[in-house]
Amino acid sequence: MSAALALGDDALVLSHRLGEWAGHAPVLEEEVALANIALDLLGQARMLLSSVGDEDELAFLREERSFRNVQLVEQPNGDFAHTIARQLYFSVYQHLLYEQLAAGTGEFADLATKAVKEVAYHRDHAERWVLRLGDGTAESHERMQNGLDALWRFTGELFRPVEGLDVDGESLHGSWSSAVTSVVERATLRLPSGPQSSAWSAGAGRQGLHTEPFGRMLAEMQHLHRSHPGASW
Amino acid sequence: MSSSTDWPLWEVFVRSRRGLSHTHAGSLHAPDAEMALRNARDLYTRRSEGVSLWVVPSTAITASSPDEKDSFFEPAGDKPYRHPTFYEIPEGVKHL
Repeated sequence: MSAALALGDDALVLSHRLGEWAGHAPVLEEEVALANIALDLLGQARMLLSSVGDEDELAFLREERSFRNVQLVEQPNGDFAHTIARQLYFSVYQHLLYEQLAAGTGEFADLATKAVKEVAYHRDHAERWVLRLGDGTAESHERMQNGLDALWRFTGELFRPVEGLDVDGESLHGSWSSAVTSVVERATLRLPSGPQSSAWSAGAGRQGLHTEPFGRMLAEMQHLHRSHPGASW
Repeated sequence: MSSSTDWPLWEVFVRSRRGLSHTHAGSLHAPDAEMALRNARDLYTRRSEGVSLWVVPSTAITASSPDEKDSFFEPAGDKPYRHPTFYEIPEGVKHL
């Protein structure tokens, strides 16, 4: 498996999920913020997927089992706090990962150098919202905690080794845990304590095993290109 | 879910490049100053419009009233001697 495909699919799938907020976000300002993050990720996805093949074919003509994204990014948006929990878990991981890649000399050093600035902002956005929702009203606190709890079991997959990706998963996991713990505690929330992966995950997203909502997301993402091959405007 | 009307309004000022002053760009809603700054970044600088941002609570701005337009601004209309147009510019002076 190509590491570019893994990182590219992470970015593509999360970009699509965030794009689903367009027209539905709680306030206009936040809608634009989420769309900006989605577009940053889409730019990363295009660079990564283009490096291994035709970006349109890879995005629109692959079946579910050929996607290599982690299961975390394909999880449905849920309420706003749920989306922010997903953003916190993923953008802290992506920021630490890209920092490592940017400091190295591997094939992803150039991309990571550019993307790490974008991702730093995504992380800042997520952390600030976790603090506000967690330390906000009783309802926002409860919803934020629910989001963190529900997505916790998808976080273990982030630190499994990826072929062709020269990073130290163990130290990444350590840095991620202390960063996430610090935000969660400052937000008066509780770090979930359950296992960081499920018994049934069996290697999961990086091996092409995805959760049920992913198929429906792909159907929506791909239907236009499949109905009108090569359509453009 | 609270509506955006629960959040105060902020005025956004963008400095488009170094050396220029901040210019009013528009307004937005945000729960606090830090979020206002970030919303301003997302709404008003996403096409490289700026290098610096200010956000100011709209309530902190005291504005002149349209009713006072005559007394405020009209008296300046017929005083052309206030414009620096009565000087001969010496030859060779640039940037004037």
